[in-house]
This record gives sequence, C-alpha cells and structure tokens, in this order.
Amino acid sequence: MNPQQISAAVIATLKSIAPEVEADELIADRPLRSQVDLDSMDWLNFLIGLHTALQVDIPEADYARLVTLNDLVGYLQQRCPV
Amino acid sequence: MIDFKLPSLGADMDEGTLLEWLVQPGDEVKRGQVVAIVDTSKTAVDVEIWQAGKVHELIVRPGEKIPVGSVLATLLEPGESVPPTRQAPVVQTIKTEARRRVSPAARKEAETLGVDISLLAGTGPDAAVTLEDVRRAATVKPPVQAPVVASTASAAIDRNAEMRKAIGAAMSRSKREIPHYYLSETIPLRQAGAWLAEQNARRPVTTRLLMAVLQLKAVALATRKFPEMNGFWQDGGFKPAPAAHLGVAIALRQGGLLAPAIHNVAEKTLDQLMSDLTDLVKRVRAGTLRSSEMSDPTLTVTNLGEQGVDAVFGVIYPPQVALVGFGKVRERPWTEAGEVHAIPLVVASLAADHRVSDGHRGALFLAEIHELLQHPERL
Amino acid sequence: MKTSYREALRAALREALQDDPRVFLMGEDVGRYGGSYAVSKGFLEEFGPERIRDAPLSELGFVGAGIGAALGGMRPIVEVMTVNFSLLALDQIVNTASALRHMSGGQFSVPLVIRMASGAGRQLAAQHSHSLECWYAHIPGIKVLAPATVEDARGMLAPALADPDPVIIFEHAQLYNLEGESNHVAPVDISAARVRRTGSDVSLITYGGSLPKALQAAELLAGMGIDAEVVDLRVLRPLDSQSIVASVRKTHRAVVVDEGWRSGSLAAEVMARIVEQAFFDLDAPPARVCSEEVPMPYARHLEEAALPQAAKIVAAARAVMGK
Repeated sequence: MNPQQISAAVIATLKSIAPEVEADELIADRPLRSQVDLDSMDWLNFLIGLHTALQVDIPEADYARLVTLNDLVGYLQQRCPV
Repeated sequence: MIDFKLPSLGADMDEGTLLEWLVQPGDEVKRGQVVAIVDTSKTAVDVEIWQAGKVHELIVRPGEKIPVGSVLATLLEPGESVPPTRQAPVVQTIKTEARRRVSPAARKEAETLGVDISLLAGTGPDAAVTLEDVRRAATVKPPVQAPVVASTASAAIDRNAEMRKAIGAAMSRSKREIPHYYLSETIPLRQAGAWLAEQNARRPVTTRLLMAVLQLKAVALATRKFPEMNGFWQDGGFKPAPAAHLGVAIALRQGGLLAPAIHNVAEKTLDQLMSDLTDLVKRVRAGTLRSSEMSDPTLTVTNLGEQGVDAVFGVIYPPQVALVGFGKVRERPWTEAGEVHAIPLVVASLAADHRVSDGHRGALFLAEIHELLQHPERL
Repeated sequence: MKTSYREALRAALREALQDDPRVFLMGEDVGRYGGSYAVSKGFLEEFGPERIRDAPLSELGFVGAGIGAALGGMRPIVEVMTVNFSLLALDQIVNTASALRHMSGGQFSVPLVIRMASGAGRQLAAQHSHSLECWYAHIPGIKVLAPATVEDARGMLAPALADPDPVIIFEHAQLYNLEGESNHVAPVDISAARVRRTGSDVSLITYGGSLPKALQAAELLAGMGIDAEVVDLRVLRPLDSQSIVASVRKTHRAVVVDEGWRSGSLAAEVMARIVEQAFFDLDAPPARVCSEEVPMPYARHLEEAALPQAAKIVAAARAVMGK
C-alpha cells in the first residue's frame, strides 16, 4: 500500500467516528486528537476501525508514538502487510 | 387489554413525537422488545415494551406529538380474545404539563394590549402572571421576531435549541430543588494503570479496556455499601435503587449530552462493561437508544478528563441523588512512605443530595471508590 | 351622637313599640329578665305584659305563635336567644313563614321580624356560638339582615317591620358593646351592601361580627402598603351581587371573611358569584377566611384560634396579592 492509500483509509476511518471532519482541514503534522476532539473511546474505536480496514494490530504501548496524521501514516506503512 | 403507554425518558422529557411503529396489529410482542421509535427533544429513542401480548390497535400515528403517559397502543394479553364490539378508543389528549398560571384579568388585558403572556414572568400568587405584569410589559417594546424559515438547517438548529432547553430545564430544576454538596478526592492509579497496561498488552485492539470501565465498576461496587448514593428522590423521600444502573454522561459531537444507563454495572465483568460502553457510545452517536436506558439511570458518572480538566463538580440529574465525576488521569508527583514518585492520579468528585446524605457518608463513599481502584484485579 | 349597638337596638325597638300598636316583642326572657343581652331591659315596665311577652322555652311554639299573629294582622318581633336554638323553630320558619305567600297564591303574607343573636367570641361554647346565617340565607321567601354597625342596628328594624314578608335580623353577640356614631335616626335601606372603607388593591367582603376584624385588618394592610376595600354585605338575602362585583372589578382581588364554617358557607356563595360575574376581572384566585370546621370550643385560646381574626385576614390578603 502506498502512503496515499493508507492516508485515504485513515481519513475514511476517522470520518466514520467523526462525520463532521473535513480532510482538507486536517493539518498533517499537528496532533490529531486535539484537531478532531477524539476521546479515548473514539480513539479506541478509530484504532479498531484501522485494524479492521488494514489488518494491522497496534499495541497500546505504541499509542504514544501516534500523535499526528503523519505519524499514523508512517507507522501503518511500516506495519501493513505488503 | 393492556394499554401501552409512552414511558418517561428522563427528567428533561415530558413529551415525544412518534416516528415509527416497528410492529403491526396482530404481531406478538415479547417483554423487552423494541416496538416503536420516539423522538424526544434530545434524540430518537427505541421504545421497549415490558408486557408480552398481541398488538391489538396502534392508537398514535407517526408524526403525532404526545405527552408522557399517553396510550400509544393497546395489546391483547396472552389468551385474551378481541372484544366483540369495541368503541373506537378515545385518544388521550390530556396535557400532563401544568397550564401556565395567568390571572383571568391579566389574560384579558394581554389580549387587549397585544402582550404575549408566554414571555412574562409572573409576580402574583403561585407565580401567576398578573394584570400589573401585563401592563408593565405593554410599556416595554416587544423584540422584533425573525421570521421562521423551515429548512433542514433550521431543523438541526431546532434540535440543538430543543436539547439546550431540555438540559436547561432539568439542570435548573436540579439546582433549584436539590441542595448539592461537593467533595473531591485524589486517587492514585498506579496499580490500576499498570494492571490495565498489562491487560491491554495481551489483548487485541478489539478487546482492550479503558480506565473509564474500571471507574464505572468501582463506583457501582461502592454503592453496595452506600445505597444512599444510588436511587431516586421521589414524593418527598429517598427510594434506594435495588441495583446500580449507572448513567454515563456522553457528549454528542454536535453538542449537548445524554446520560443513558448501563444496567446492573456491579454484577458485570469488565469485559462485559467495556462492550456495553462501546455499544452505548455508538448508539448514542447513532441515535438508537432504548427507552429503558433513558428512563432509569440510578446514579450518573461523568468523565471530563478527556477534555483535560482536573476535576468536575457536576449537577445532579433529577430524580437521582448523586453524581460522580472523574477528571483527567495525569502523571503527577505523589508521596508514599516519604518518597516522591511520578504516578498517574485522578481526581474523583462527588456531587450529592443533602436531603439524602451528608458529607461524612459522601467522603466515605469516595474513600471506598479510592480503595476499590487500588485493586483492579478484583474489579 | 355616640352610642352603643345595644342602645341603638333598644332605641329602634322602643320607637317601633311607640309608633305602631300592632308591634309587640315576644321571646324567652325578654320581659322580666330584660333580654339575654339586656336589649329590652325596662320594656316590661314601660309597655306592659301584653306587648312584652315572656315565652316558654319552646322555640317551635312561640315562633309559630308569632307567625299566627302576623297572619292575623299584628307586627310581631320575635326574639330567639341564639341561632343555635332557632333550629328548633326551623320548621315554622322554613316550611311555614317563608312559604305561605307562595303556597297561598299571594293571599297571605307573614310580616314577621325574628331577631336572634349569633356568633362566637364570648366563651359560650358550641351550644350558643355558631354562625348559621347561611342556613337562612338559603331560603327563598325571607329576608336576612346582619347589622354590623350602630347605624344599621338603629335603622334596620323599621324597614324590616314595614316589609310584608318575614325578616330575620342577626345580631352578632360580640357587637352589643360596639360604640359608634349614630347620626341617622332615619331608617336605612335593607337592600344593598355598603363599602365601609374604600381601597384599590383587594376587596375584603364580610358581614356582621367580622366587619370590625376586617376593618382592623385593612388598617394593618395599609401599613404594609396594601390598600384594602372593606365591603359590608349587610343584607345576606337577597345578596347584593352588584356591589360585590363592582368592588372586585375595581380591586381585581377578593378575600371573603365569614364566621360560618367554610364548607357550604355564605362565603362560598359570595365567591361563586364573583367567579360567575367577575371572572375576567380577577387577578388572583379569590380567598376565604372562615371559622375552623369544629364545634366552637369553650377554652378562650381555642375559641380565638377557631375564629377569623385580623391576622388571618391580613395573611389571606397578602397571599392574594402575591406578597
């Protein structure tokens, strides 16, 4: 998967949690949770959504590394099968 | 013949609009089955029925607005046959809401002077609007009202405005009637945090637990020793609830909030609670709550930690008698045996009804929650 | 001229006895004893036993005799000691005196005056203290008067005697010692209520022994910035609805003060008329101050607690004012 495909999957998952999100308005190198107002339940559901969409398991210990949209895309790209 | 009535869906709801019937005359219904969808000022609610039977007649039609307690449909009890000649049932249009008190003289004068009495505050006996109130209002120019434009945008605004009004009414009543007292206690979460991290490390993302679930379970267990925090103030007295149905305050993305119940929290495993909570949040956001979840929370728990505040001093949701709040879990210095450690802490707070309990019991209740959270493996 | 309620009644009676040879006074203890409330003291000597007749203790009998005398062309004044005892004569008053004109197609009339004391406040307990004026005010065919001032005590008897039908005059037992001006020796009307104090905020509507209490309450209310009007009903049957309604139209608020018991009281009738005829002028629900629904207690503090008092009237008036 290329970064564009992963980014699109992330945005789509995000929109399922927070339908009001506009992809163009997200700043990729700023903290995501404060931009979208995700609480820990939303965050968990978001990760579950990514898990379902991309078949990636994200250990809780890695949460701290996933702050911005760029962090997420980079992280997923490394761990995505093919 | 059973009358199926619109149940109360919380202190801030006194009427609802029937959106849809999920059953037809002739259908058999089971206890607990969702049979209708009713729109309240806050959200659409799946209304359950609590008696088994066969649907005989649907009395209220979709689109009709009816007060709480109105008969929505009639059912035949198991074994009951259709009565041979039955008059068309009289549709109940009794307004349960008290009529605005306006003195007859004031009403007449308001008509003469063209004053809108619904905008006036009454100063007469029982806060009735009096002649003088009307005359005073007539000397003040009425504000120019913007014309109402019907559109989907304004419908959304209406929903928000309606919700604000409903929350406002319930919270005003709470602050007017309930003598609140407030307590807070800082609770170290070293054990709870470590236990949770250890658990979640072993779990796939789909079954991971949140700290909120531990908090809910601890609050529910604490009510076993402190039944005066769990129940309702009704008819001038406290009625303890037999089980802890914890209302979970859930903010809506478009604004406003709901606090539907998770039932029998004390009896459920953490996994079950996690799955209930996930389901509840999803359904709150999707607008598919069930009437029983709306009507019977016995104690509300609110968690504002996500927004970064240290503590929350809540307003009790009547007729409940207490509200437990949790702030943000933060790593902070904490001393133990003369040594300072950086460990996660949370401020738990209690707003409780002084008619039912005192600060002493409230403090012990928070201490019990504190103690329970020190042993996450037992929750 | 300053005089007492008792003296005013005496003067009216003496005048009637002097002016009209058909008039005579009959009742228990009216002669030798001089009347239970000393209203006819000295009359036996002055007018003789033919015209001042002590009656045996039988209300049924002597009220009946009075009706017979009235039918026969006399103008009897029958005194019944208290309204409690008058119940023994109810059959004569309700079934005979009030109905004869109607039942005879207008051929007979009963020009009878019955005086009786009513009301509490003198520790005479449940045997002597009740206010049953409304029982009589319920009956068509009679007039019911309640003089509450020296002027009415002096002036109501003559028109009552002149009336071709039975007239019952209630003298409240607490009023006999009331002092007041009586400039008008002339007869007064027995048809209309009278405003005893004008005001703009609330109408205190009352009669008989409660009038002084209502006036006292109005003074107290004035000190609180509430301008109360006091309406004296004077005539309990037929009720002067017009005056009641006129006052309520002005003040928009009514407190009815009645020493009778609340349930089925004259106050209830007054309120009903206010609601029927002045509903859209009301700015607050009308209120009532009545006696507690117990037989009148003997003990002074209990009797005082059972009766309408100025403080209770003040409280009721403030409540309808929303203050």
